[in-house]
Amino acid sequence: MTHLEKIESQSVYILREAHHHFRNLAMLWSIGKDSTVMLWLARKAFFGHVPFPLVHIDTDFKIPEMIRYRDKLALDWKLNMITGRNEQALQEGRTFPAGKLTRVECCKTLKTDALVNTLSGKWPRYRMDHATGKYVPDTNKEPYTGVIVGARADEEGSRSKERYFSPRDKESNWEVGDQPPELWNQFKTDFAPGTHIRVHPLLDWTELDIWEYIEKEKIPVVPLYFDQGKGERYRSLGCYPCTFPVKSTAKNVKEIIEELKTGKFRNIAERSGRAQDKEDGGGLETLRREGYM
Amino acid sequence: MNIVIVGHVDHGKSTLVGRLLADTGSLPEGKLQQVRDECQRTAKPFEYAFLLDALKDEQSQGITIDTARVFFKSKKREYILIDAPGHIEFLKNMVSGAARAEAALLVIDAEEGIQENSRRHGYLLSMLGIRQVAVCVNKMDRVGYKQEVFDRIQKEYRVFLKEIDLEPRAFIPLSALEGENLITPSKKLPWYRGPAVLEMLDSFEKSPDISARPFRMPVQGIYKFTEDEDTRRIVAGRVESGSLSVGDSVVFLPSGKRSQIKTIEAFSAPKRTSVTAGHSTGVTLTEQVYVNRGDVMCRVKEPLPGVSSLLRVKLFWMGKRPMVLDRPYKLKVAAAQVSVRLKKIERVIDASELKPAAKKEIGRHDVAQCVLQAASAVAFDLMHDLEATGRFVIVDEVDIAGGGIILEMIEDGHDALRRQVTEREQKWDFSVVEPEERTKRYGHRPAFVLLTGKVGVDKKTIAKELEKRLFGLHGAATYFLGMGNLLRGLNTDVEQHRLERHEHVRRMGEVAHLFLDAGLIVVATGSNINDAELSELHEMTSREGMVVVNVGPNGFKSAVVDLNLDPVAGTEKNVRNILQLLKDRKILRDA
Ligand SMILES: Nc1nc2c(ncn2[C@@H]2O[C@H](COP(=O)(O)OP(=O)(O)O)[C@@H](O)[C@H]2O)c(=O)[nH]1
Repeated sequence: MTHLEKIESQSVYILREAHHHFRNLAMLWSIGKDSTVMLWLARKAFFGHVPFPLVHIDTDFKIPEMIRYRDKLALDWKLNMITGRNEQALQEGRTFPAGKLTRVECCKTLKTDALVNTLSGKWPRYRMDHATGKYVPDTNKEPYTGVIVGARADEEGSRSKERYFSPRDKESNWEVGDQPPELWNQFKTDFAPGTHIRVHPLLDWTELDIWEYIEKEKIPVVPLYFDQGKGERYRSLGCYPCTFPVKSTAKNVKEIIEELKTGKFRNIAERSGRAQDKEDGGGLETLRREGYM
Repeated sequence: MNIVIVGHVDHGKSTLVGRLLADTGSLPEGKLQQVRDECQRTAKPFEYAFLLDALKDEQSQGITIDTARVFFKSKKREYILIDAPGHIEFLKNMVSGAARAEAALLVIDAEEGIQENSRRHGYLLSMLGIRQVAVCVNKMDRVGYKQEVFDRIQKEYRVFLKEIDLEPRAFIPLSALEGENLITPSKKLPWYRGPAVLEMLDSFEKSPDISARPFRMPVQGIYKFTEDEDTRRIVAGRVESGSLSVGDSVVFLPSGKRSQIKTIEAFSAPKRTSVTAGHSTGVTLTEQVYVNRGDVMCRVKEPLPGVSSLLRVKLFWMGKRPMVLDRPYKLKVAAAQVSVRLKKIERVIDASELKPAAKKEIGRHDVAQCVLQAASAVAFDLMHDLEATGRFVIVDEVDIAGGGIILEMIEDGHDALRRQVTEREQKWDFSVVEPEERTKRYGHRPAFVLLTGKVGVDKKTIAKELEKRLFGLHGAATYFLGMGNLLRGLNTDVEQHRLERHEHVRRMGEVAHLFLDAGLIVVATGSNINDAELSELHEMTSREGMVVVNVGPNGFKSAVVDLNLDPVAGTEKNVRNILQLLKDRKILRDA
């Protein structure tokens, strides 16, 4: 077996376990390359079908190309597409772009809060109507008790402590110090009422694995990842006010792989184009504890 | 390759890992300097551990609380180093880390010598089936790089490893802090002829190819997705050992159902006619048989797994409360899950001393040899034959609390009945409506809830109230199966005599089985049911769906009861407890 075959098999195994154990299961799809690979792995696991909804948190500041791409794939692949957002904050202009919040506060408001409340069903969810391609209010308000997330262990220190199945308490908090044991592919699939479990099928993948798999499987990704002739491209996607392209002339997946293997990005962290990470020392760690992906 | 680093707390694991990363140039640019600067700013001496401890609260506690995974590369290959915590409180984290590894480095402080966790970790490595172990005698700088110190530790630890049946690949003297004997042989250790740490890592072998062993595929699920007129009924799982080809005759255990492989399915991949160990796959069958999740698919012509409800095992316990004789637990072997109880403790090894002790329970961090009684049969291999189907975990309520390996199968005397049930299933004329479709429609999985207890204990009131609640509140398709109704109807040809009791129980089981097949939650009561009758009912209704609730004094000797109720608690509370159990079992929706 090749390395890619091995990690693919493990991810598929995890997705199938999640599907069996959680009746209210959802997959977070950020539209980025990682969660798109994860979505592809779900199609692998379930032979072309995706038997759970995909949840996307819309901050209203996503690069428009990302939303177009999301809706196109949702239609083509017949996905049960759900979106949620912090409507109140957006209406009141409580955001970083509006000058009212810092970057980290804005992430918490538009992403974490929206995510937590969309997952719990407290705030409205919108579901894509495949007949029209438009989003309509979703009638299902049950909390998702299993949430599949595309975190990778190589992304940053704190994630390398994760489990494939990681419990979160009622407030979506993560008890880093007291995680359940995980051995021999037996995962924590039972949980107390009110709590939920985060499932991480991509924990063993590296950024390079992701791109090599995209190349091998010919998975469609947002063109923002490629240089469109301006000598820059996005390495990691987010909201436009806080995500900046990196200098690179990689025009396709092959060139990105080459660049990662040999080029200048070899030893530079992937999220270096994300402004909110730099704002305070443990910013991302704090966000995670509070429930951000 | 996955390598785990274990050892007693403060013996230098993090330093070893940090130093390996630094000296092989595997750190992100500027990272080392950033941590050094941070230490200077806070006036703390620099530690390699800080490099790894990316988490805030960890740094304040100063101990590795969880397994951290770091990536690094030698000239030969890529590694994932798993830095497992040495502190006793975090044993479950150490186990989680070590369970993923193909080889291990066990670190011992030359100055402090062998400590409690040096032994405990050695023991766990051997139980986890990690055969490639190198012992690193660290902090040689503290003992003047003296050979006597190294030799003494080596001698003492070898004796211990021999006892637990573990043959180490090497003993390596080193100083992680000073980087001696890490990447290249050290001039300060002229008396040492063996490999440096990196050379040792490069000499570990990849895990042996298990494609040539007997075929095992634990069934993770049976998929029938109806969208897009997909008519395939796919049995999905990962091939844990062996290989499989289209046309092979297969048997599913413990149910014993047989069929033949029609196709091997895959999404967006070239068509294939065979599949080997390691791959997650799915197959369709020529002849439809109803397979349960947890069944193990095997090839008919190969050595088959054992099938029994009695197992002799060795396990280690990580639960906050001890494992005791009369509490029900869940046993998970590969994809199978059954209720289980601890039938007999044969030997407990006190973890700190690792000496046998006479104990009535298995405490936290203990290792024990014991006999487990499962509610119904499971299919399994012995650990030394096949690993993936030879090990298990024990779940206490909602937490994985123990793990272990299967040493031996014990006959449970139900083979004849099992054959009979297999025959029934093999010839069963199946409905075109799939069980999964019924589950979707009714919003719950089928179940047989049997309330047992002594004559005179009121079970019927609880049973009927349960039926009412299920039907009303949960909108369940449910039915109270009255034993009296059977006696005066279906069973009029059978005398109401003690000798005929067996036939009555058999008919009750078969009727319950029909209701399960129809997707219902059937509720029944039975007085003075004994151990043998209960396991027969389990066999007849074929596992997953049976839930045993005992009311009042528990008269069973070894049978597994899923829930014990006290009649004094009142019907309301008792019914609520049963409903919660049905949720825990994922029979009712979890919301
Ligand atoms: N003198 C000396 N000190 C060491 C060596 N390796 C580690 N240490 C020190 O021992 C302490 C514990 O090391 P650490 O790597 O955190 O241990 P861990 O708990 O096993 O991860 C730290 O203060 C290290 O600096 C060594 O080879 N020589």
